[in-house]
Amino acid sequence: MKNSIETKTLKAREDFIMTKGSNQQIKCDQQSLAGAVSQRACVYSGARVVLNPVKDAYHLVHGPIGCASYTWDIRGSLTSGSDIFRTSFSTDLREKDIVFGGEKKLTTIITELIENDNYQPEVIFIYSTCVVGVIGDDLKAVARRAEEKYGIRVIPVESSGFSGTKSKGYKAACEALLNLMEDFKEKSSEQQSSRTKKIGGKNVFKQQAAIMEQSNKENKANGQAEVKFSQSDTRKAKINALVKKLNHLSEIQTSSGINSYENLKQARRLIKQKQRSKTRKKLNLLGDYNLAAEGWIIKSYLQEVGIEVVAGFTGDAGIDDIRRAPTADLNIVQCAGSMKYLARRMKEEFGIPFLEISFLGLQDSLESLRRIAAQLKDPEIIENVERLIARKLPPVLAKLKVYKSYLAGKKAAIYVGGAFKAISLVKQFNQLGMKTVMVGTQNGKAADYQKLEKLTDPGTIILDDANPSELEEFMRQKGADVLVGGVKDRALAYKMGLAFFDHNHERKDPLVGFEGVINLAKELDLTINSPIWSVIGSGKNE
Amino acid sequence: MSELKKLNVNPCKMCMPIGAAIAFKGIENSMLLMHGSQGCSTYMRRHMSTHYEEPIDIASSSIDEQGTVYGGEDNLKQGLKNLIELYSPGVIGIVTTCLAETIGEDIRRIVADFKQNNELGSLALVTVSTPGYGGSQFEGYYLSLRRIVEQLVEEPAHKTKKINLIAPNISPAEIRELKRILELFKLDYTILPDIAQTLAAPYTADYSKIPAGGTRLRSIKKMGEAAATIELGALVDSSLSAAAYLEDKFAVPVYRLPLPIGLKNSDLLINILAEISGREIPAVLKEERGRLIDTMIDSHKYNGQGRAALFGDPEIVYAVSSLCQENGVKTILMATGSNIATFNNKLREITAANREQSLILNDTDFEEIRNYISEYKINLMLGNSDGAFIEEKDGIPLLRIGFPIHDRVGAARQQNIGYQGTNTLLDRITNQLLALKHDNFRENLYQKYYQPLSKSIAAESFTEQSFQTAELSVGDQ
Repeated sequence: MKNSIETKTLKAREDFIMTKGSNQQIKCDQQSLAGAVSQRACVYSGARVVLNPVKDAYHLVHGPIGCASYTWDIRGSLTSGSDIFRTSFSTDLREKDIVFGGEKKLTTIITELIENDNYQPEVIFIYSTCVVGVIGDDLKAVARRAEEKYGIRVIPVESSGFSGTKSKGYKAACEALLNLMEDFKEKSSEQQSSRTKKIGGKNVFKQQAAIMEQSNKENKANGQAEVKFSQSDTRKAKINALVKKLNHLSEIQTSSGINSYENLKQARRLIKQKQRSKTRKKLNLLGDYNLAAEGWIIKSYLQEVGIEVVAGFTGDAGIDDIRRAPTADLNIVQCAGSMKYLARRMKEEFGIPFLEISFLGLQDSLESLRRIAAQLKDPEIIENVERLIARKLPPVLAKLKVYKSYLAGKKAAIYVGGAFKAISLVKQFNQLGMKTVMVGTQNGKAADYQKLEKLTDPGTIILDDANPSELEEFMRQKGADVLVGGVKDRALAYKMGLAFFDHNHERKDPLVGFEGVINLAKELDLTINSPIWSVIGSGKNE
Repeated sequence: MSELKKLNVNPCKMCMPIGAAIAFKGIENSMLLMHGSQGCSTYMRRHMSTHYEEPIDIASSSIDEQGTVYGGEDNLKQGLKNLIELYSPGVIGIVTTCLAETIGEDIRRIVADFKQNNELGSLALVTVSTPGYGGSQFEGYYLSLRRIVEQLVEEPAHKTKKINLIAPNISPAEIRELKRILELFKLDYTILPDIAQTLAAPYTADYSKIPAGGTRLRSIKKMGEAAATIELGALVDSSLSAAAYLEDKFAVPVYRLPLPIGLKNSDLLINILAEISGREIPAVLKEERGRLIDTMIDSHKYNGQGRAALFGDPEIVYAVSSLCQENGVKTILMATGSNIATFNNKLREITAANREQSLILNDTDFEEIRNYISEYKINLMLGNSDGAFIEEKDGIPLLRIGFPIHDRVGAARQQNIGYQGTNTLLDRITNQLLALKHDNFRENLYQKYYQPLSKSIAAESFTEQSFQTAELSVGDQ
């Protein structure tokens, strides 16, 4: 390994780079090295990307103008309602404010915002930036006073840029979201206390959770959780299992008369009606930002199988959706890097279990749908998932076969922000017959890198918090055909004469689910097999 | 922005360090290190990379919590060492950010100390204090040029015939045009900064992470020897002016000019070059001038129907307003997010004789701009792609010029200066107005005048004003 890193890598960076098969431990989750030209951003950026899609909230950046300017409407989060989140609000701090403190200006500006006829803020998020952290403005006090005065929610986001890495910003955003959910908690406990006493001083959600757990146990006793499918199961076997299951269900869930029903369809319909009226399952989708309608695609699947999405975190999320989020039966977490923290906290606070899923890639999408259904222990949902898959899968497989013939054997390099993206990409490349020769992330954790190591072939370079010099070096060394990365990496790939796949915040084509799998293959083909490469001559080191 | 308005809604400016970044990218074999938190460099790299479609490498000293409390000196020194090892640059610009300034980092002292304790050979280090809250990209850009000159130019041994040209924040293609013009006059010149190649690098089989090109360090050192400095920047305060420094310190005479956009502004530059070089205006330029005038005549009636809003970089707004003025495009609104002392007066001067008074907004934001755009029936916006928001919401076409342009390709290839560039830009303006007219006149006239026979012919009275409105509106009625 040492000799292959050569001179282009700084010594202090060597531990953050490993070769699969070398038995090295990769170092990660550290502050970036000064002068190394890290591709990472800051705490504020983490908070901003996670929280900003909350569509009807007012996002006020308390800081000098740059912080607002460079993050104004840079995400491709789509909205089905208000789009005020796309408007940048900033206190635009000047020299004078830095000297005398920014609290006064912040207070004035909140008033200005509220008194402006064009704006009707119900919730204002105030993002803290580097200087605000240093000059020590008391955001909490300003926010509290504004809340008292105007009766709206004003929620500070502790996101001073220097105070850690992007991951800390994710947490700050999650805390702000939890703060918003407190509204619901308060409301519910008021209602609750008028009717029944709290259990052990804890809120209603614990109680809810206890009830849910009990019913889960009952289900288990009835053998409901046993229906699990693996990919190797044939469709026929699946249907047989479902029929068996449904018969069993009919016996236990309905009156004795139902046994006499010969027609399975009728039985199903009856169960359906019963469940619709009583217990339509509800969940929150965490770690999806509805980039290029990705959240909508996932929701459409869930809706089709009979699951209601209470809130997306935070793609196309409204304030009220978030406030209602604690009523969900389950949280599913896609981008774990940004939202696992929230899932954990919601489990603690509201007793909502969570499941890590991913709709990036075919394998992951199928698995996720099945795992969600299994977790909800609802036979109808389990069946509906199989139906959905049975309908959507064949055409995708047919198309993929064609793309595989175009892409097999190509070598891919991956450098993305979140590890879940990297992991799903490696899987998808494997499926397309491509080889991942380099994979890295800005914010991966040790467990993520272990996963990546498992998924890749020996010799693959794995790196954490890489810089352009390292990306260049390893792409050259490994003869990559295509780089998958964010906006900043695109120009590097192109300058090196390599194909590039845009996996960024502002993408316009969805990459999740069945549609996403095809979009990914299509874009890979578009860039890797473009006629330009044969015309310009390859810039790679052959 | 009015005194009462404090809230910034949709910024029409960026911060000082990004201006510094663009300036330093025009120095040969240079790198930039931002002393501050990691995010600043990353955001600015992204901002510049989508505009220029080039890799933009900028280092950060990555100050963390500890550095914020105990000082970032170690981070800065370590950052410099790593940067030197990775890139082997000939010049490093060290600029501050909000964080470094607020915690009181003395970069001059730290860098002097670093120089003393390290064998740096010919490596030149330039420090610039660019707190993000201290001004906009405009001040950051010109201040960096001034600091580069202050810290690098050597006492001249003799005078030469060379001229200095301090370039504004224009595109690489425009820098190439300036060079072509200077060469037509057979002038020997130093252009600062020279992003012609560094931010528009040709594709080569071997990628080099510091692109070729840029102003040479040894040329900068000799700028005190020059016969004259032309500074393209009509609104640049002398405290930000590299040319003013060269004049004060080495008695190099200054010619301060606006950007050569438009006939008059281009004439200003060409005439001065003729004067300095003592040569006739080259025939090829005369021909280009004649062609521009021909275009102006051909298009004048179309242009006369334009009601324009100009926004963005103050120098670009100032120069483009002159182009609009001379072609009859009404400059209804001229705005910048920067806070420039002379902006209002200078623009008031050139629009004083207009029948319709122009709105001039200094230190403003896009909320204010948007309000006026709706109110004053603007049918064309000229500015950077941050105006796309208004284009999307209100359907007013935006002709993208200046920095940044994020949502279209070719920003680095835009050429809007000199007679040729002006001609191209003018055609774009005219064509936009023509498209507007051709796309809408049938529907507009139908809506306005067609009456089914059964209906009363007693239509609303129409005035000169409403006639104009019908013709010029964007077609959203």
